[in-house]
Amino acid sequence: MSARDALPEPALDEIDRRIVQATQAGLPLTPRPYHAVAERLGLTAELVMARMAAMLENGVIRRIGVVPNHYALGYTANGMTVWDVADDRVDELGEAVGRLPFVSHCYRRPRRLPLWPYNLFAMVHAKSREQAQAYADQITALLGDACRKSDILYSSRILKKTGLRIGEGHP
Amino acid sequence: MSDHLDPIDFRLLNEWQRAFPLVRRPYAEMAHALGISEESVITRLRDLKARGHVSRVGAVFRPHVLGWSTLAAVAAPPERMDAVARVIDACPEVNHNYEREHRYNLWFVVTASSAGQVADVLTHIQRQTGLKPLDLPMLADYHIDLGFDLGEGHIGQPPPDAPVR
Repeated sequence: MSARDALPEPALDEIDRRIVQATQAGLPLTPRPYHAVAERLGLTAELVMARMAAMLENGVIRRIGVVPNHYALGYTANGMTVWDVADDRVDELGEAVGRLPFVSHCYRRPRRLPLWPYNLFAMVHAKSREQAQAYADQITALLGDACRKSDILYSSRILKKTGLRIGEGHP
Repeated sequence: MSDHLDPIDFRLLNEWQRAFPLVRRPYAEMAHALGISEESVITRLRDLKARGHVSRVGAVFRPHVLGWSTLAAVAAPPERMDAVARVIDACPEVNHNYEREHRYNLWFVVTASSAGQVADVLTHIQRQTGLKPLDLPMLADYHIDLGFDLGEGHIGQPPPDAPVR
């Protein structure tokens, strides 16, 4: 499986964009949620469902489902692990890290030398720091000598977390 | 598994993170699978949402579908932490802001409809705080998002002797 790069953007028409905007904060918890969305947009429920199915197929929508709040469920050790991985191996290794079951986000980002040497980010959620560290150790083993330096940044406070608007997660 | 979840709540949270039905009455379909009523599924999901265990029920979109975003960080001097955090939190384009234990101690996500607008927000924060944010936009996404297994010691955690793949 190849890396899903940030670009190019998938082609969305105006109807798709309106459906994304209308559903990014969630579907209504009413018996016919797609009808409720359709009614707001002046569309039919069948069209809303068909467009969402197409977006699911082309990857614009990754999944539809219940989105749990890790923190409220006891996964309070939120560790942002960061790695300085050789450029010629980061895609291959990033995909391997992204497949680990305890990793919820895994991105390549630019280094900002000399301030910031890390180019691979993997978010791990655990119920304790010991567990988070054990997860980080598994990533260390996987990266081997392609990784020159790493760190783990634990969150100590959530200062702001609002409903998702245009973006998603920690892109 | 959290102490506050009964087995049905746990199944709703763990088994329905994807493949939510794209049908006219999705909650009825879930109800059928769980052996409870449609009304009960809806009530439970509303309750889980009210208690904060569920962020939302709906689609998870790939990043940058409708605009641009970046992960940014500043190194706030400890004595100015709260004032700097207030400047960042006041920006409507900031939807996450976490304090983390590092020299770069405030990590936030800026989301707007264009890369130019995201850059403007970072400039605003720099002017207001005197701190230059690190701008770390996503270059590639390596995670195949299938949801997050909440069942401890099963899929969420391979046995110690399992090969790391």
